[in-house]
Amino acid sequence: MSENGISRRRLLGGAAAAAAPAAIGLSGLLSGRGPGVEEALAGQPPAAGGHAGHGEFPHASFAPGTAVDHRANGFDPSQILRDFDYGKTRRLASGRVLREWEIVAQDKEIEVAPGVKYEAWTYNGRVPGPTLRAREGELLRVRFVNASDHPHTMHFHGIHRAGMDGMPGIGEMGGGGQVEPGESFAYEFDASPFGLHLYHCHVAPLAAHIARGLYGAFVIDPKQGRPEADEMVMVMNGFDTNFDLANEVYAVNTVGFHYINEPIRVERGSLVRVYLVNVLEYDPLNSFHVHANFFQFYPTGTSLTPSEYTDTVIQGQGQRGILELEFPFDGDYMFHAHVSEFAELGWTGFFRVGDPSRLTAAAAAAAYCELPWGKNGGRA
Amino acid sequence: MEAGARAERSVGGGLPAWALGAIPLALIAIAIGSFALLGGPGLGERTGPPVEEVAVERTVLHPGEIELTLRNDGPDPVEIAQVAVNDAYAPFVASDGNRIGRLDSTTLDVSFPWIEGEAYEIFILTSTGGTIDVAIPVAAETPEADLGFYGLMALLGIYVGVIPVSLGMLWLPFLGRLGRRWMSSLIAFTVGLLAFLAIDAGLEGLEIAAEAPAAFGGASLVFAGGLVAYLVLAGIDAHLSQRSRRAGGSAKASGAYLALLVAIGIGLHNLGEGLAIGSSYATGALALGAFLVVGFAIHNTTEGLAIVAPLRGGDDAAPPPRLSRLIGLGLIAGAPAILGAWIGASAFNPSLAALLFGVGVGAIVRVIVQLSPAMRDEGGRLLYPATVAGMLGGIAVLYLTGLLVSV
Repeated sequence: MSENGISRRRLLGGAAAAAAPAAIGLSGLLSGRGPGVEEALAGQPPAAGGHAGHGEFPHASFAPGTAVDHRANGFDPSQILRDFDYGKTRRLASGRVLREWEIVAQDKEIEVAPGVKYEAWTYNGRVPGPTLRAREGELLRVRFVNASDHPHTMHFHGIHRAGMDGMPGIGEMGGGGQVEPGESFAYEFDASPFGLHLYHCHVAPLAAHIARGLYGAFVIDPKQGRPEADEMVMVMNGFDTNFDLANEVYAVNTVGFHYINEPIRVERGSLVRVYLVNVLEYDPLNSFHVHANFFQFYPTGTSLTPSEYTDTVIQGQGQRGILELEFPFDGDYMFHAHVSEFAELGWTGFFRVGDPSRLTAAAAAAAYCELPWGKNGGRA
Repeated sequence: MEAGARAERSVGGGLPAWALGAIPLALIAIAIGSFALLGGPGLGERTGPPVEEVAVERTVLHPGEIELTLRNDGPDPVEIAQVAVNDAYAPFVASDGNRIGRLDSTTLDVSFPWIEGEAYEIFILTSTGGTIDVAIPVAAETPEADLGFYGLMALLGIYVGVIPVSLGMLWLPFLGRLGRRWMSSLIAFTVGLLAFLAIDAGLEGLEIAAEAPAAFGGASLVFAGGLVAYLVLAGIDAHLSQRSRRAGGSAKASGAYLALLVAIGIGLHNLGEGLAIGSSYATGALALGAFLVVGFAIHNTTEGLAIVAPLRGGDDAAPPPRLSRLIGLGLIAGAPAILGAWIGASAFNPSLAALLFGVGVGAIVRVIVQLSPAMRDEGGRLLYPATVAGMLGGIAVLYLTGLLVSV
C-alpha cells in the first residue's frame, strides 16, 4: 500500500516538473500570466534543504536529522566559501607592496560527514587551508610554523626560486626544505603569474600528506583586477576515512552535501565568480557541473579571455580554473561533480537564486523578460 | 595414604566440602568485581584506536528498502554514522540506535531504490571513519514469512529430502536378492558416501562460519557442534546397548538399529542442507529451477540407499522390515530438510547454521564408526578389495550427483 503511495507521489512530482517548462513556454511567457503555470510551479517540491523522507530517494544524502558540528570543527564551509585571506601589507622603501601571512600546521580531528570524525592535518586549523590572495607583482612572505607532530612544508604553485619551493631535500641549505615539528620557515617570493593557484604540503608520502588536509587555494589577481563579482572559492576534496587509498567522502570545501543543506545564496542576474581548485587524492579526475546554466571558463585563471563556454569542466589533480556565470532565474540550481559516484558520495550542492518561496509563474516570466534575449523574444 | 589424609584435614580445617568449593568461587568473584570497579589498576589507558568489528547477520530486501542486521563482534562499542549503497549515501534509520555495544545488534533500515537482479555493495561508515562492507550479489525481494511461504519451504523440503530418501530406500528388495558376500561392499558403499557427506558438510559449515561473528565462536562452532553430536549419539548408543544386553539381547548392533542410526545421521545432515537451501532462497541467491530440485533429489536418493544397506548388511535370517518402519526411517532422514528450510528462510543466523552443520558432521562420523564393524571380514580386516571398492563407489556416486547441485 505504502509503496503505491510513494510511487504515485513521485509520479505526480514528475508530472508537475515536466509541466512547468512547457507551461512557461506556451502560456506564461506570451501572456505574462497563466493560472496553469502558477499551479504547476506552486506544485513543485522544494528541492533543497528538504531531507529525503523514509522510503524516498530524491537524491543521495546522509541519514536524515544528522549534521556536522561546524563549531566543533572550528570552520564552516559556508564561511570558507567567501573567505579570502589578504594577509597584512606594508609598502617597502622601493614602493613595492610586501604582503605577509602566518600559517600554522596543526593536527586536528574534524567531522567530514555527520558523525564521521577524521584525524586531519590542517593549515590554520581548517580544511582547506586559508585562501591566500595577493595582487600580481607584490612581494609575498609566508611565515610557516609547524605545530603538528609530523614534518611538513608549504609548496606553492607559482614562479619562484628552488629554495622557496617547500620541497624536502632541495631548500635545506637555506632552511626551506622539510620543516620539522616545532620549527618554522618564512617563504618569500613574487606574486607571479596572476591566476588561480594552490599550495600544499610536499613531504613524503605525498598523497597521505595532501589527503590529510594540507592544501589551500592561492589567488593572484591581475594588476588591473577582474570585473566586480560575487566571488567564492570551491576546493574539491575528499577523505579516505578508512585509509584504504580510496575516498569515502567527497565534497567541495570538506563537508559532504554541505551546500545541499545550506544552499549558496546568489543574486539573480549578477556576476558570480567561482575559483575552482581540484586537490582530490586517490582519484585521477574530478569535475564540476552546474544545472540549468552555462559559465565562461578560464583555465588556471592565467588569461583574461575565457577558453570555453560550457556547463561542465574536468580537472585532474592540482588543476584549477575560474568560472564566471549569471543566474537568469530564481530557484535552486544543483551543482555537483559530473563523476556521479563523487556526487552521490557528498560532492553535491545547490545555488539558491532569490527567494524560491516567492517563485511564482509571474516572477519567473518577469525574470525571463528582463534578459536581453527574453526581451527581444518577447517583443518579436 | 595416611600422610595424604592428614594433609587434607589440615588444609580443609573443619569446613564442610561445599564451603571448600564455594570459598574460591567467592574470592574469584570479589577479585574480578574489584578489578572491574577500579578500572583495571596498573593497565593504564588503552593504546591505539578502538577496534571495530561488525558482522552483518541478515540482509532483507523490500521494495525501496534494504534492511541490515548488524552485530558488534569486537571489544569496543561501534557508532554507525552513514550508509552508502553502490557509492551513494542513502538515508537510513537504525531501529536500536546508532550505537552498538559489544555483542549487541541493531537493524539499519536503508532507503534505496534497488533493482531486482542487480548487485549491490554497501559500505557502512562508522564514527571513526572505518567501513563495514556488505555485498548483495543478486538483489531480490525477501519473501514474506507467511503461511504460503512456509508451505513452499515445506514442499521444497519434501522434494529434496523426504521423496528422494524414500525413493532410495526402494532398492531394499534388490539388496535382498544380492548374496551375502556383497553385503560388506554395500556397507562400505554407505561408509564412503557418508564420509564424503561429512567432508562436504564440514566445509560448508566452515564457509558459513566465516561470515558469523567471531565472538560467538565462528569456525569453532562447527567443531563444537560435531563433538557434541558425536558424544550425545555415543552416549545414547551406550545406554541402549546396555539395556538390550540386560534384556538378554545380542550385544552386536542389529541391522535395523544401524539403519536407524544412519537415518538420524543423514537427518541431521539434511537439517543443515535445508537450512542452506532455505536461506539461499530467501536471499535470492538460489533460483528454484526444476534442474536444481531434480539434482538435489538424485543426490539425496543415494542417502536412501545408505539407510537400507545396513538392513541387509546385518543378519540374513532377519525378517524383512515392516513398511511402517521404512516410512519412519525415511521421515527421520528426510523431514529435517523441511525444518531446516523453515529456519534458514525465516531466521537465518550464520552462527546457528555453522553449529547445525557441525552437528550433522558429528552425527555422520558417529554413524560411520558404528557401521564400520559390519564391514569386517572373517579375518577381522576392515580394508580389503570388496570394501575399498564399495567405499570408492560411494564417494564417486556422491561426488557425481553433487555436481548437479553445486549451488
